[in-house]
This record gives sequence, C-alpha cells and structure tokens, in this order.
Amino acid sequence: MLTDRDRIFTNLNGRRGADLQSALKRGAWDETKFLLDKGRDWIVAEMKASGLRGRGGAGFPTGLKWSFMPKPQEGRPHYLVVNADESEPGTCKDREIMRNDPHLLIEGCLIASFAMHANACYIYIRGEYVREREALQRAVDEAYAANLVGKNNTHGWPFDIYVHHGAGAYICGEETALLESLEGKKGMPRLKPPFPANMGLYGNPTTVNNVESIAVAGTILRRGGAWFAGLGKPNNTGTKLFSISGHVERPCNVEEEMGISFRELVEKHCGGVRGGWDNLYAVIPGGSSVPVLPEHQCQDLSMDFDTLRNLRSGLGTAAVIVMDKSTDIVRAIARISHFYKHESCGQCTPCREGTGWMWRVLERMAVGRAEKREIDMLLEVSTQVEGHTICALGDAAAWPVQGLIRHYRHEIEKRIDDYAANPAPRDYAMAAE
Amino acid sequence: MTKIIVDGAEVDVPAEYTILQACEAAGAEIPRFCYHERLSIAGNCRMCLVEVKGGPPKPVASCAMGVRDLRPGPNGEPPVVSTRSPMVKKAREGVMEFLLINHPLDCPICDQGGECDLQDQAMAYGVSGSRFHENKRAVEDKHIGPLVKTTMTRCIHCTRCVRFVTEVTGVAELGAIGRGEDMEITTYLESALSSELQGNVIDLCPVGALTSKPYAFQARPWELSKTESIDVMDALGSAIRVDARGREVMRILPRVNDEVNEEWISDKTRFVWDGLRAQRLDRPYVREGGRLRPASWPEALAKVAEKIKTTDKARIGAIVGDLAAAEEMFALKDLLSRLGVANIDARQDGAAIDPAAGRASYLFNPGIAGVDEADAILIVGSNPRLEAPVLNARIRRAWRQRGVRVGLIGERADLTYGAEHIGAGTDSLIELVEGKHSFARVLAGASRPLILIGAGALARPDGAAVLSAAARLAQGVEARAEGWNGLAVLHAAASRVGALDLGLVPGEGAKTAAEMAAPGGLDVAILLGADEIEVAPGAFVVYLGSHGDRGAHRADVILPGAAYTEKSGLYVNTEGRVQVANRATFPPGEAREDWAILRALSDQVGARLPYDSLAQLRAALVAAHPHFGAVDAVAAGDPADLSRLAQAGGALSGDVFLNAVSDFHLTNPIARASAIMAEMSALRQGSLAEAAE
Repeated sequence: MLTDRDRIFTNLNGRRGADLQSALKRGAWDETKFLLDKGRDWIVAEMKASGLRGRGGAGFPTGLKWSFMPKPQEGRPHYLVVNADESEPGTCKDREIMRNDPHLLIEGCLIASFAMHANACYIYIRGEYVREREALQRAVDEAYAANLVGKNNTHGWPFDIYVHHGAGAYICGEETALLESLEGKKGMPRLKPPFPANMGLYGNPTTVNNVESIAVAGTILRRGGAWFAGLGKPNNTGTKLFSISGHVERPCNVEEEMGISFRELVEKHCGGVRGGWDNLYAVIPGGSSVPVLPEHQCQDLSMDFDTLRNLRSGLGTAAVIVMDKSTDIVRAIARISHFYKHESCGQCTPCREGTGWMWRVLERMAVGRAEKREIDMLLEVSTQVEGHTICALGDAAAWPVQGLIRHYRHEIEKRIDDYAANPAPRDYAMAAE
Repeated sequence: MTKIIVDGAEVDVPAEYTILQACEAAGAEIPRFCYHERLSIAGNCRMCLVEVKGGPPKPVASCAMGVRDLRPGPNGEPPVVSTRSPMVKKAREGVMEFLLINHPLDCPICDQGGECDLQDQAMAYGVSGSRFHENKRAVEDKHIGPLVKTTMTRCIHCTRCVRFVTEVTGVAELGAIGRGEDMEITTYLESALSSELQGNVIDLCPVGALTSKPYAFQARPWELSKTESIDVMDALGSAIRVDARGREVMRILPRVNDEVNEEWISDKTRFVWDGLRAQRLDRPYVREGGRLRPASWPEALAKVAEKIKTTDKARIGAIVGDLAAAEEMFALKDLLSRLGVANIDARQDGAAIDPAAGRASYLFNPGIAGVDEADAILIVGSNPRLEAPVLNARIRRAWRQRGVRVGLIGERADLTYGAEHIGAGTDSLIELVEGKHSFARVLAGASRPLILIGAGALARPDGAAVLSAAARLAQGVEARAEGWNGLAVLHAAASRVGALDLGLVPGEGAKTAAEMAAPGGLDVAILLGADEIEVAPGAFVVYLGSHGDRGAHRADVILPGAAYTEKSGLYVNTEGRVQVANRATFPPGEAREDWAILRALSDQVGARLPYDSLAQLRAALVAAHPHFGAVDAVAAGDPADLSRLAQAGGALSGDVFLNAVSDFHLTNPIARASAIMAEMSALRQGSLAEAAE
C-alpha cells in the first residue's frame, strides 16, 4: 500500500487549497528551473527510466513517446496537447487533478513542452467540465501572474499555455479527433499514418498526453525516475489514480501503487463491496471500454496493465466499476453499448453501423427476446467491428460485448429460455431512436 | 520506385503510391466506395481493406496507407500485401454486411440500379444472406435543388459528394450533420445547391442516394444506346456520352478526357437534353402574309433558291451561329464562294478576332491542361465560372493546391477562388502592361503566366486593341519558360475556333455580322443557327437550324436542321483541339442534317457542291484545312503571331469589361428550349422560391 510520502497528488480530495500559494507549500513548482537546466536528454531519460506508462488507457510508455518528436525545424513549431477530454464512463481521475492540483499539471506542461521543444501547450478540456475549466484557468492565470509561464518566464523557456473547452463529445478524446476539434473542425479521427508526432496540430509535430501522465512528470523528475520505478511492479511501475465506482460502500478517487490487489483497493479505500465481499458479481477494471471480469477472476486480481491484459481485459484508465449480485449484467452492457452507439462519430462504416446493431441485439437479449444462435452472431459482429475502424472507438465498442459473451453467456441463455417459456407482453420500441 | 509484393507478384511502383494504387498496378482489384482518384482520401468506407504482412494483426485501409509507410521484412525484403487472403475476404464481407444492414435494398425502384457500385460489389464481395433482424434506418430525403434528387436512406456516408463540392467546385454547400448512425448528408437548411458543377455528384455517388432529378424513373441504363460525343454548350468541348432510347436523348454523362474536362461536365452540358425535345423545327416553314406556314422541302428550297438567284450577290450574306459543326460551315462557305458571295461571318457577337493574324491570336494557347502548369493567372473580361465551369474548376485547383495567384480585370464575381480584383476596365489592363500595378510583379515573376481573355473582352469596338494589349502583357514577361505561350482566349461559342480556322469572316470589302444585321444591310440573310443576333426588318431571312428560337421567329423560310446530338461533326475547342461529335439519334420529323440541306440548296441555285456524303465532305474539308484531319490533337499556334499581335496596338476606349455570359443557363437555343435550364435560370435570378419552402 502506498505510503503518504510517496503520494504525488497530495490534494486529491481537495481538503487543501488549489491556489498557487497552497500548491507551492505542497512542493509544486519546486526547483523547476533546476530540472530544466539539466537538459532535454536528461528529462527524457529520467522519464524512460521511471517506466511511466501513459495514463490515458493504452499504456504506451510516456518517455518513449516524448522521444518520438522529430528534431525541430525552422517554421515547424512543436506542440504539446494535453488530453483532458476525460469522457470514458467511470473515469473521473483527471477531474480531481484539474480541480484540486492544477499546478502539478501546469508545471508538467512546462517540463514536457521544454523536453519536446514546444513553446505552446493546449489543454483540451471536456465540454461538461465547466468547474474544472474554471479551476484550471484560474491556476493558469496565477501561473502567468507569478511569471512561472509566459513569454519571459522565470524558467527561461518561452512558453504559453491555453485552456480549450470542448463541446462534450466522447470521440474528441481520441487524440487525432481531439486535434481536429482543436483546429476548429468536426471531431472525427484522422487516418494514421501520419502520426501526430510528425503531422499533428496544424500539420506540425505534436504530442498528445493524458492529464495524469503530464501531471506526474514534475514529481518524477524531482524525486528521480528510480523512485517511481521502485513503486509498483516491473513494467507496471509507479503510482496510479484509481476511480472506484459502483457497488462499493464509499466510491472514491485514490492514488495507489500499481499492482495493488483489487481486494485491497476496495477494502482499504472504499469500505468494501456493498453487502460484503461475497456479494461481488462482476468488475469492469478500466473504464467502460474494457471487457468485464467475473467475480472469480477478481479474488486476487493485481491491478496493473499486464495482468489485466493477460485476463483479456485491460487496466485502461483504472476506472474500476464494481457490480454486486443485484446487477443485471446484460442490461448493464447494453447500456454501455448504447453509449458507444451514441458516441460513434459516423465516419467509418463498421463502427457507424456495427455499434447500433450490437446495441439493438443486446437490448433484445436483455429481456430475452432473442435466439441463442444470435449470441454467436453478436460475437462475430463485434469481431467485424474490432480492428476494422479508423480509430479505437470500434474496439472500445466491441470489447464490452465480447467480455459479456465470454463470461456471462449462461446469463443470456437463461434470459432467452425464460422469455421463451413466458414471453413478456410488453412491446419494445425497436426502430432507430 | 519501391518494390512491393502483391499476392505473390513483385511490382515496382513509385514510392508515393498508396497500397491501393500499388495493388492496381499489380493487377489486383480492390473494391472501394469512398476512394476517388480526383478527390482527397477519406478512408471511411473500409471496403478497400487488405492484409499487410508483418504489421499489426488487423487489415489495413489500402487507400489511405502509403507504400512508403510499409515496413520491409527483417532482411530487407519488400513488404508483402495480400488482397485475397481469408482475412481480407472476411473483412470485405463484414464491411459489406454493415453497409447493407441499413441500406433499403430497393434496387427495383432505384435509378442507380444497373450501374450501382454497391450492387456490383455486393455481388462480388458480399454474402448472400442477411443476419440483421432489427428495423432499418430511414432518413428523410433532402431537397437540394431541381437537378439532384436525393433518397437519403440509401446513403452509405462515403462523403464523396461532400468532398467534391468542397474541393472541386469550391461552393461548400454539402456537409454531414449528426454523428454515428444518425449522420446525414445535407445542405444548410435544405437550400438548393448553387454550383454549376453540381450534377457531377450524381456520377460520384456510388449508390442511389443522389440521382438525376429530371431523369428520375425515365429509363434503365441497359435500355440506352450509348454514343460517345462532344459537348457544344461551351467552347471547351467536354467529352460526353449521350445515352438515348429510340429517338430520344435520355441523359448526357461525362467521359474521361484528362486534357479537357477530366471527368466533370457542367450542369448545362448534363441537363440540356430536355431542350433537344422541345421547340424543335421538324418541318420546313415559309412565311406567307406575315405568318409562318408549314411547307414541303421542295417548296421551301425553291423559294430560297429563287430569292438567291434574283438578288444582287453583294446583297446576300450569311451569319453562322454558335453551335455549328465544321462540316456545315465549310459547305456554307463553299456554296457562297461558288455563288460569288463574300458576306459571311461567324462572329455574331462582333468579336474582334481576325484569322489573318494567325491561329495563335485566337486560341487558348497554353491549352486547358496548361492551367495545371501556369504559375500566375490573369483573367480579363471573363467569368470562367459561367463561361466554362469545368475550366474554372481547374483554375481553382491551381489556386488551391499550388497557391497560384489569380488576378481579375472586369466584373466582380465569386469565382470560387481568391481572385484579386485589379480593376473593371481597360485602364487596369494598361496599368499592368506598364508595370504600374502590384499584380504586374506577380506576372513578371512567373515563368508560366496565363492571360485569360474572355469573349466579352473582345466583342467590343476596341476588342482588337484589348487583344493586342493582352499579347503585350503575355510577351513582356521576362521569366517566360521556353515554349510557353500564355495568351489564352476563352471563347464562349463551340463553333468559334472551327469557324475562324475555316476563315468564316467577311472577305475584302464585305460586311461583318453587325453590318449585315443592320437596317438595309442585306436583302437575303442566311442564318446557320444564328440566334444571338437580331436581323433588322427588310431582309429576307433564311433560317437553317434546329430550334424555334430568335432566328426562326425572324425567318421568312425555315429549313429544319439537326442538333448536335443528331449529326456527326467536327468541332474545334477553344484550345484548338479538333474533336468528333457523333450522332446519337436522328433529327425529328423532316429535319435533316445541315450539310445535306446546304447540298440540296446548292443544286437548286445551280452551284452544286461536289460531295454526296458526309465522308466526301469531310475529305474535302481536310484537304482544304489539313489540321482538321488530326482528330483529338491540337495544332499549336505560331508564337510569332503573338509578337505581331503585340505590336498591332490600337486605342483603348477605357470602358469597363462586360462578360460574354450573364445567364449561364440560357446561352444557346437548345438551352433556351430546356425547361430544366429555365428553372435553374429562374432559381439563379431569384425569381423562383428556393428549395423546400
């Protein structure tokens, strides 16, 4: 379990002030110039040594990502874009950073921008995050006023930071759709390659990072990559913000070591599963897009990228959704499926057509008004979507369905049998709603 | 060049190729919906998925991935692409299934049936059954104007139409609203499209979502006889295919000709076909007691012959219209010269062009494809958007993709690209010639400047001086590339360059078209499809043409001729390209091909023309003017003509330039007979309520 002195986000719960003076007391902006003076190579090397994996869901090593930026060229400015479009259902970790510890993020922006030769950083905030935008903007203004950032700041690296408010589309959390949206266009993912590191914002080299990945950078560099690498497990190092929601006694956001066992996480921080541990039914370990895990796989589950991937699920954004035995798992996944159908941008065929199809079949299955052969058909449709789309939303829509069928096929079949034995007299609206 | 292995066969392709192009080079067929050679890459239909060895274990959209993005094998072997593997087959079947689940499959009542990409590819790459048991999506149809019919339920969201109107036409009126499966293609508030190239979205649409409204439910593609021909609605000579059923032209489609129209045609070209059925002159008429009455051919011809025989030859004249083919113009000139008549003119608008100044003085010398090489463009007295919409799309591309600067002297207009308005009249032209305007530096710095002179700039009393000034401008550029002749005359009439090549201008001391039409100008006037000029009362007018338009109203004898789809003829486009139009249908009623009428008349007047068939006529024409023999080729003008032209000089009046075309949809007798064109014109003029109100 993480000790208090290894905590990065010391004001996650907002009990202390989010203003600059309070942040300074907690160690933000401490010797930032000293860190920058050590040079870009040192920063990237420390980040690589820390083993930090991107906190946005995919888990790509952050230091490696930073090192992909090309050499600066005349007339091609570099950009850092921070993805604060935190829209994955269940995820609310970045929200707390922006509300309560915004200066860690701003400091991280400066360091990351310096390491990647970027003089400008854009923070793209989710449309629904109004208070968070206000808090972050307040912090940015404070940093400007204190000359921590700006054209002639005390750190000697000309640097501007802009907070951009999105319009509330889930797809704008996809990095290239985010760039499109930031450029003022419709938020639709771009074709890759070219990747943003070569052709990003306004066609210039751009790195898109998650809020948490950037916000931890300052502390990692201050305490050394080795410190961060010493926490957690090999290849899954450091600390991580977990957002635990659902059927636990006290849902919360908490910073914990990577690889903490699921049981410990829930028992220690959330007061346990509602109705006791034996009441546990299913867990979605990393936000709505990752496949659900049944209760027996969660008994001594280690919360890290590799363990969960081996269970054919994923850590994702570490948004743990706990479900007890009162849950209608088919309806729950049908609801998630509706979310992806609603948020599909409509650009490419498999996702546009497939998400609606999967949702409609699941809605029928939730009441049992389906046939058993349709379960296999649904699975096949989900594989026809997965991997055939421009961006990962197709995958994200397919995985929950695959997880459901993998672990709860018996539940769907029971539903179908029950319905066949006693068809419900209700008439369900089925058309394109 | 890069090596790549496609389905086991190694091919060598340019490094900038996409995988799709490389696969096609290797002979593999890749199905696609959203990809189009002349539009930007969207990569959204996912039909062109292929398997790339060594990459991630998922299929790759071949239209969007470049060959240079592929990784070679561990020992430097060429990358391996498979278009026939089980993974690819499965991916295609999957995408096809998704495309079809919400497609209505109403092929029996769909106008696209028989020429539908979705139909064809579903047959080739789909599976036979459907597993979709939900209700299908239904989308409300959109009203986007009188030309394009929408059935939006059929839309597969390939966005070809959106990309076309945004990129090629430059009038970004189509877009997608909504997202996910609720995405819909529409115009803003269902307003009508206003581009002159909008009809092309019908061809681009791979399904039946956008179809031709006037052609709706008229015919099936397999019932139509298809004739490759040439368009005469403007002077570009776009390549077209005329689809006819029986005696009627049912529709007109573009053909690919990269030198001229690529694969676009203007709306006037595409939708003028209903004008070929209306207002037709299908029998001879003779005016008696102030009224036209139907007559027989012998009667009408005898009347004309008698009039010609009894009239002083200096009082006879002929004016040639804008749609005439070279053959009848040649026959007419031949006949008149046998009669000793020197009054002949093909320049109804009074354009100050003299073939004696050399061919380079009236051609679009850089060539239409030369727009793609030009690095500065000056437009004088023209609105190419109305006079040649397809050419305008090329200019727009030069501006959009290569950043070519465009200057405009003349009427202000929305040309769909950022043209710098230099001035309205000849003063601005002189400023440029003398290097006083800032745009002169742009021209001077260009190695391939293009000076586009509109027909309107020449059809004025000081037209010759304008042409000379433009030639001086084209000459004066120092950095000019070798062999580049930047003087580009954009004619408005399809017959014009052919007529000038044949020398259809008044001989020494003879009368011009304006003088012939003036009061007391002639006693007998022969109009060969000349409808844009008013012959003053007094003259006996013989009208030889296809439509009951202005010329026929004025006529004393009407000799019904053939429209451009009803005769085979040679046309020379504005760049001097000789092209053959072919006969798709027969002329209606007793109407005959124009050359045959002239041949019959020549018998009656005792000056028999020595050709009994079109082949003989064409042979005589080619013998007299050899460059007509080289069909589809451009006989370039002599650059020396340009120097002489530049020295000609002349006084400029200082008047502002007026464009040759003000009402795009009603420029010739066929278009004026068309109900579709009339509706479009009314819509453009604002007298028709727009769209779904």
